[in-house]
Amino acid sequence: MPVNTLPANLWPTSLEMVRILPEVILTVAGTLLMLLDAVLGKKGRHGYGHISMVALIAAIVGTVYAGANQGPAFGGMLLVDGFATFFRVLVIVVGILTVLPSYRFLDRESAEPGEFHALLLFSVVGQCVMVTANELIMIFIGLEISSIASYVLAGYLRDDRRANESSLKYFLLGSFATGFFLYGIAITYGITGSTDLTTVRGVITGSNPPSVLFVGLAAALMFVGLGFKVSSAPFQIWAPDVYQGAPTPVTAFISAGPKAAAFAIFLRIFMTALDPIGRNWEPLVWMSALASMTIGNFAALTQTNVKRMLAYSSIAHAGYVLVAMTARTDKGIAAAMFYLAAYALMNIGAFVVVAHLSGSGERYQNIEDFAGLGRKQPLVAATLTIFMFSLIGVPLTGGFFGKFYIFKAALESHLIWLTVLGLLNSAVAAYYYLRILVMMYMREPGEAAEKVEPLSLGQGMALVLPAAGILVLGIFPTWVLNFANSASSFLR
Amino acid sequence: MSLLNLVLALPLAGFLIACFIPRSSASGSRTFALLLSIATFVVSLGLPVAFQSNYSGEQFLTDVVWIPSPEIHYHVSLDGLSLWLVILSTFLTPICVLISWNYIKDRAKEFYAFLLLLEFGLVGVFAAQDLFLFYVFWEVSLVPMYFLIGIWGHERRIYAAVKFFLYTMAGSVLMLAGIIFIYNRAATFDYPTLLGMLSAGKLSFSPAEQLYLFLAFFLAFAIKVPLFPLHTWLPDAHVEAPSAGSVMLASVMLKMGTYGLVRFCLPMFPGAARDCAPWIVILAIIGIIYGALVALVQPNMKKLVAYSSVSHLGFVVLGIFSFTQLGIDGAVYQMLNHGISTGALFVLVGLLYERRHSLEIVDYGGVATAAPWLSTVFLVTTLASIGLPTLNNFVGEFMVLQGSALVNFKWTIFAAIGVILSACYMLWLYQRVFYGEAGEEVRHHVPDLSAREWAVVIPLILMMVWMGTYTQTFLPPVSKATARVIEQTNVNVPFRVQYPPLNEMRARVEVGHAR
Repeated sequence: MPVNTLPANLWPTSLEMVRILPEVILTVAGTLLMLLDAVLGKKGRHGYGHISMVALIAAIVGTVYAGANQGPAFGGMLLVDGFATFFRVLVIVVGILTVLPSYRFLDRESAEPGEFHALLLFSVVGQCVMVTANELIMIFIGLEISSIASYVLAGYLRDDRRANESSLKYFLLGSFATGFFLYGIAITYGITGSTDLTTVRGVITGSNPPSVLFVGLAAALMFVGLGFKVSSAPFQIWAPDVYQGAPTPVTAFISAGPKAAAFAIFLRIFMTALDPIGRNWEPLVWMSALASMTIGNFAALTQTNVKRMLAYSSIAHAGYVLVAMTARTDKGIAAAMFYLAAYALMNIGAFVVVAHLSGSGERYQNIEDFAGLGRKQPLVAATLTIFMFSLIGVPLTGGFFGKFYIFKAALESHLIWLTVLGLLNSAVAAYYYLRILVMMYMREPGEAAEKVEPLSLGQGMALVLPAAGILVLGIFPTWVLNFANSASSFLR
Repeated sequence: MSLLNLVLALPLAGFLIACFIPRSSASGSRTFALLLSIATFVVSLGLPVAFQSNYSGEQFLTDVVWIPSPEIHYHVSLDGLSLWLVILSTFLTPICVLISWNYIKDRAKEFYAFLLLLEFGLVGVFAAQDLFLFYVFWEVSLVPMYFLIGIWGHERRIYAAVKFFLYTMAGSVLMLAGIIFIYNRAATFDYPTLLGMLSAGKLSFSPAEQLYLFLAFFLAFAIKVPLFPLHTWLPDAHVEAPSAGSVMLASVMLKMGTYGLVRFCLPMFPGAARDCAPWIVILAIIGIIYGALVALVQPNMKKLVAYSSVSHLGFVVLGIFSFTQLGIDGAVYQMLNHGISTGALFVLVGLLYERRHSLEIVDYGGVATAAPWLSTVFLVTTLASIGLPTLNNFVGEFMVLQGSALVNFKWTIFAAIGVILSACYMLWLYQRVFYGEAGEEVRHHVPDLSAREWAVVIPLILMMVWMGTYTQTFLPPVSKATARVIEQTNVNVPFRVQYPPLNEMRARVEVGHAR
């Protein structure tokens, strides 16, 4: 059938176009960047970054506009709800916070700016599709768009051996995990005859439900795939190597954006379609949560490379979010959403500092290299202090409130042991975060701190904005919390 | 805006302003910190003036919603329990600024900023009446102290700072779990409301729940006190901290633990508290004697004072877990006494260190000839610390011992050994440092008190005498508040043997005498 004779009811309505506005804006901008790159090459310099900044800000406006017109689009493939809007804003903000410090980074490493920004935008598009999709194939497509762009970004410095290793590992293990996820989708389709999450849920709870064994198998396979994407134990092995090898701004990005989006689909699939068999998967998530927190925190204790340490810390934080999921309540979903927002801000901020300090060729990545930073660059040190206290979970930061809210949800679901062990874990974690503060403030400046360049405007904004955001989330969490609460009840 | 809010707002504003003072002007930041902390102290003096000591409820109350869901209030108020601890914090902060005047040269601006933040946290801890808010202040006070020790401390400062942070954090996360558990049951963090619900029977915990909750809170407080065997962070933190840090740590931060015991552990979990009391009292007595014995053999002055704190705080815990009006009154009074006298000891040790650059006792000797006034002041403080009548510690220790004697006389006997030992280690310290032949170093490098130092020690000495001779100023509001605590520990424990009220006990003692 020729394209122009498509039945009228399949043409997107104007409302449907509004609902995918952010994706459209970002895709157009990403394509434009690639075309410009072909014409201008390196001469475009900072222009590429400016274009992607404008596109990302426009995408936020688009998201808000789409969020005001909630509803399904394209036959229920996409579902623009509060949940989707929340995560769309989150991943786009992550994109912005990655673009800001990357100006300096790309100049310093004399890397191609055009492709970098195009790939970044495409990755964000993929994440936006993931968090909006309400259908397994759509989710899969979003996941792949996001992942493939991230794989390339991880190896963006193509002459750097560590980046190559990182990219290859990320790609191989990522594809492997995607395979599991796809098997899960296939089995779900096989037993329910649908890939639409709402329909799948309807079949599972219906009068003639499929055997819980097969639903469980599908859930387990998807759990493996998603567990990899969010780097929760026992699927966390790749994270330290990939995080360490990837260029630091990219590490900042993949530790926040793809992870948040993967958690979004994790929550959406398990809390809607697979919620009816929740009692069966709950022990699985429980163990994964505890293992992630424990492995992440205890492995981080002995790291000397900051990027590796933050990688293990991000495994531990994945564990905290899984605690919220184990609660299997609306409060739990809201807590996970809030925590992911706080986590994204504090983690990106921490990585931006690493990117700033490590210097050209990323030579200074060890904890010792932070020595005396507090004397040389008080603003950088002050913001990193906020990020570290937020990662520890000290009150008046978003990290604390998020943790509080997660464990509150867990206790409401009577997960007393998980709560106690999780909280004790966060006391263990304090040790390795404090090591960075010790270095910054209590040691004399070393080589790295002596050689550190002044902050660029972009880097400064990428530090001050998340720091301010963390304090706002910690002192006035109401607005975000209310939004998360309303979005989470909408999800079910 | 109530006076209490002003007392909270001033140090916080001071912290924020201090952050923006240019780095080059070190004297600017210390002058600013001094003026601001004095202003805070003067304002805080309005609290006891306006305090109605015959009213046992909350005063200077502010209760506004901070976060609507889950409902968290900014609820601060004072009663007799917290009033003097707030004054103690505001009283000691200017003193800490003054003793750091010449000592802190490196990164002075940050130092004074953290000191003001610490004051804010401490006042907040004592004023908070919402469990969540309490936890926030509890942790917030941890951060500046961590930096004070870690940046401006002595050689092993980093080890000490990290140990201090981790110990406190490990204890407090369990308290957080307890707080959340209570919220999920009662749907409120508001402490007076919780107590109201408990006494009205609308909220109750099973014995097992009560025990675990009690232990969760108790562990956090016991680490802070510190109760034997959780005290090992304290000597490290004290020895490594700069003088101002040691003073704030010993005088006020340790009281956060004992205050928490009286304020939260006893009224909320009376059954578990009574069940555990014998064990806790044993730990407290071990702490009293062990702390004193270890202090006896310390070659380092700060370590000696630190271990003496372990011993003194044992008395406080003993008083609290005697569950008698007299014992708890004495414990609260002893918290204040210890704050003044041990604070003064750390100040004076700090003055010696500034002169001689050593904390080892062997490096001194004969200071009395080189600096007679300094020695006199040290002597008064020593005598206060060992509990000489007419000086402050005597009153508190006496009340605690009497209170414990009403319950179990054996406790009193063992605890009294601590009093004797305290005389041993303090007087021996005094003898070794101040008497004997003055060495070359001491003669040339230990001048007497300067005007600034006089300004520091005079208020401390005056307070020791005042609190030792005219307790009437301080005790009535304390007694009102502790009476309420005791009343609260008696509700909802119907199946327990209760100790007879004080009067009856007295009557019985008198009957015994008559025989």
